[in-house]
Amino acid sequence: MATLTLRSLRKSFGAVEVIKGIDLDVADREFVVFVGPSGCGKSTLLRMIAGLEQISGGDLLIDDKRVNDVGPADRELAMVFQSYALYPHMTVRQNMGFALRLARVPRAERDRKVAEAARILQLERYLDRTPKELSGGQRQRVAIGRAIVRNPKVFLFDEPLSNLDAALRGQMRIELARLHEELQATMIYVTHDQVEAMTMADKIVVLQGGSVEQIGTPLQLYHHPANLFVAGFIGSPRMNLIEGRIASAEAGGVVVELPTGGRIAVPVSPGSARPGDTVTLGIRPEALRPAAEGPLAGAVQLVERLGGLTLLYVDLGGALPVIVQIDGSDGTRSHTPIRLAVDAAACHVFDSAGLTMPHLTRHPLAA
Amino acid sequence: MLVAPSVTVLFLWMIVPLVMTLWFSFQRYNLLDPTVTGFAGLDNYEFLATDPDFWVSLTNTLILLGSVLIITVGFGTLLAVLFDQPFPGRDVARVLAISPFFVMPTVSALLWKNLMMHPIYGIFGSIARAVGLEPIDWFAQYPMLSVICIVSWEWLPFALLILLTAVQSLDHEQREAARMDGAGVIAQFFFITLPHLRRAISVVIMIETIFLLTVFAEIFVTTSGGPGNATTNLAFLIYARALLQFDVGGASAGGVVAIVLANIVAFFLVRSIARRLEV
Amino acid sequence: MEDSFNRKALVTIIGWGVALALFFPIFWMVLTSFKTETAAVATPPQFLFTPTLDSYAEVQARSDYLSFALNSVIISVGGTVLALLLAIPAAYAMAFHPTHRTRGILLWMLSTKMLPPVGVLVPIYLLFRTAGLLDTQTGLVAIYALMNLPIVVWMLFTFYKEVPHEILEAGRMDGARTWSEVWFLLMPLTLPGIASTGLLSLILCWNEAFWSLNLTSSSAAPLTAFIASFSSPEGLFFAKLSAASTIAVAPILVFGWLSQRQLVRGLTFGAVK
Repeated sequence: MATLTLRSLRKSFGAVEVIKGIDLDVADREFVVFVGPSGCGKSTLLRMIAGLEQISGGDLLIDDKRVNDVGPADRELAMVFQSYALYPHMTVRQNMGFALRLARVPRAERDRKVAEAARILQLERYLDRTPKELSGGQRQRVAIGRAIVRNPKVFLFDEPLSNLDAALRGQMRIELARLHEELQATMIYVTHDQVEAMTMADKIVVLQGGSVEQIGTPLQLYHHPANLFVAGFIGSPRMNLIEGRIASAEAGGVVVELPTGGRIAVPVSPGSARPGDTVTLGIRPEALRPAAEGPLAGAVQLVERLGGLTLLYVDLGGALPVIVQIDGSDGTRSHTPIRLAVDAAACHVFDSAGLTMPHLTRHPLAA
Repeated sequence: MLVAPSVTVLFLWMIVPLVMTLWFSFQRYNLLDPTVTGFAGLDNYEFLATDPDFWVSLTNTLILLGSVLIITVGFGTLLAVLFDQPFPGRDVARVLAISPFFVMPTVSALLWKNLMMHPIYGIFGSIARAVGLEPIDWFAQYPMLSVICIVSWEWLPFALLILLTAVQSLDHEQREAARMDGAGVIAQFFFITLPHLRRAISVVIMIETIFLLTVFAEIFVTTSGGPGNATTNLAFLIYARALLQFDVGGASAGGVVAIVLANIVAFFLVRSIARRLEV
Repeated sequence: MEDSFNRKALVTIIGWGVALALFFPIFWMVLTSFKTETAAVATPPQFLFTPTLDSYAEVQARSDYLSFALNSVIISVGGTVLALLLAIPAAYAMAFHPTHRTRGILLWMLSTKMLPPVGVLVPIYLLFRTAGLLDTQTGLVAIYALMNLPIVVWMLFTFYKEVPHEILEAGRMDGARTWSEVWFLLMPLTLPGIASTGLLSLILCWNEAFWSLNLTSSSAAPLTAFIASFSSPEGLFFAKLSAASTIAVAPILVFGWLSQRQLVRGLTFGAVK
């Protein structure tokens, strides 16, 4: 097992810099997820770690040894590709044993390791089939099995679940988490799906435009996003973002005045912000609730009932409706007026540069 | 560099004869008369340009190329759509239809000349007589048409093969979507199938052009360029100059013209192919 | 229901009609080859007759079919193998390690194929005469390899291009270096492609009738020359002509039928996505 260190890692294609200096420490046995919109450089970063892309600048260290110039074959990593990249002319057994065969591992040991991986992944019955005789989920497991048998220092996953249907994806998510626990392995996982990031990661790295936006545990990112981008990207349904102005800024908190009326006092430290500055108020859907005396007044546009939960899309007079997450048993109907109360302690205030004003107290699970 | 061997060999293969051809084209060089040598300047070209045979051969080359391309691509597309439909014995029928591709040009030329188009003994003549018509002496009366016929017969299967594979790769949902949108068979063909075949058609045109610019055996065997110069294409003209009249200088000048012509065609073709070529 | 039945019947009739029409000349040739000379020129043409092998015997007596056929086989196979040997490394390099020149090289190779052989016939003829390669198998093998090289490179290139990059990358992650990558992954994955490229090259070589007619006379002459010798006026014996043609075409025709599925894959030149 291994640690991984990135020191101002850079990558350019010609004159275009796609990875703009990334620093990251991955501890032994940590499950790290790179997440970001498409084109943010997350896959490129993973491929640089794998050795499939040249590194243009900075250092990549595995177990504190610099491996910039070590080829992919010698980094002792294993990768699961988005398309699975199974060898179509080999059986499942041969696919999983290929790396060991190349490493000249004796046949008996090879068979034992393949059998062990097949047991973990419940693939025993399919060992003599070829990839095209397997379903998508089975192929996925073979690709993972191919990584397991090598007992690599680090597992790399490049959007491995994006070709599966929703039900299977949920199942594989649980299976991967179980695998991480069982193998006690260091894993790096790339996805554009923030749900996968939230559910599986020990540590999430949010990337955008080739730079790190924030690194933290899922709940740190959720409860204390560093900036507007992370706030908008993490969490589903999305955080409501409303433009407003500072009415007063004191050490004990900031009062934000909304253009549609209503003032909300948020316990954040104002820093250099002054009354009159434009800010963005961020409110998670679950921090809003219908209340007769609430400070925000509007009309329900649409009701989405998910069963256990219900989402209300409420028009407050702004450009976008705000989303309110309430209990599924609530009977609110669309096209009715509504007043909303706000859990001010759970709100966020972003200054005009998009940076978060720090909360006065940290969330207990995100300390 | 792994590309080096083939590039080198190909480069030599292209450049050495090219330079030699250019060199000879400026020389007085007749194998029958070794005493006449020396620099000829543009004489060979002038001789060529004033030779009516040359201009006829140039036109003939282009007529042959154009007609065969139109026939093979046109019918090839229709046949590809036809053979895409399931019908009993389709696989066997397809194998029969593509067979002419495997027949060597000399044989197909002989076959058509003697067994098919011969005015007395050929099948066409017999059919004509059977319905009370005067048999046509194809190679005397319609020499160019006859050659076009033979060459098209040889290349139609090639076009069919490539286009059929392309038609079969057409996404069925696309066609079904078109049907839902109310497209009939004809509209489906023009708006769905044909656009889908564009890439394949350009490949067919390119490959066929390569071979059609240099058609030789079919003419050599059937008409020997005649009657007169009716079926003399550039390839045959050069052949006649070089190996029948032993005029190396004149033949080389013709060769240079052929190369220039090929490059003009190639320029346009390669440009249109290059856009579709993923490198 | 009835509509679709009628349509199917129509498709069947047209499909078979076209196939038989295209195949008819070949069929007629084979049929004629089993006739006597008088039956061959009978009017109206005879479909029913007593088959005879006389023509084949006479053709064999007049010229040695087997030596021509052997030349054809040696030259075609030789030219194909040589072309593949030259083309495989080139196509591999261009497909997997492309540089900014790759596209140019590929297009340039194709354009060389458009140079008409006649354009360079004279110098090649003179070069061959000087080098003593006229009427030799070696000479034709070299010519055929060069003649087909651009198409072979291009076909192989399109096959290599179709190999998903991720599979080779997976191989690299599994510890494969260049040679094991080529041997364990690339070769098995592209073998069908190499086979169909070879098939096409073989057919083109077998049927080539320009260089073989102009550069050989007897000892290295392949079947194209054998058949051309029957085109002279005195050879106007239809049955014998048909017999000679039939045996010249039969090997490659049967070969083509057997390998047509394989061949079709290769013929697409990457035109089918």
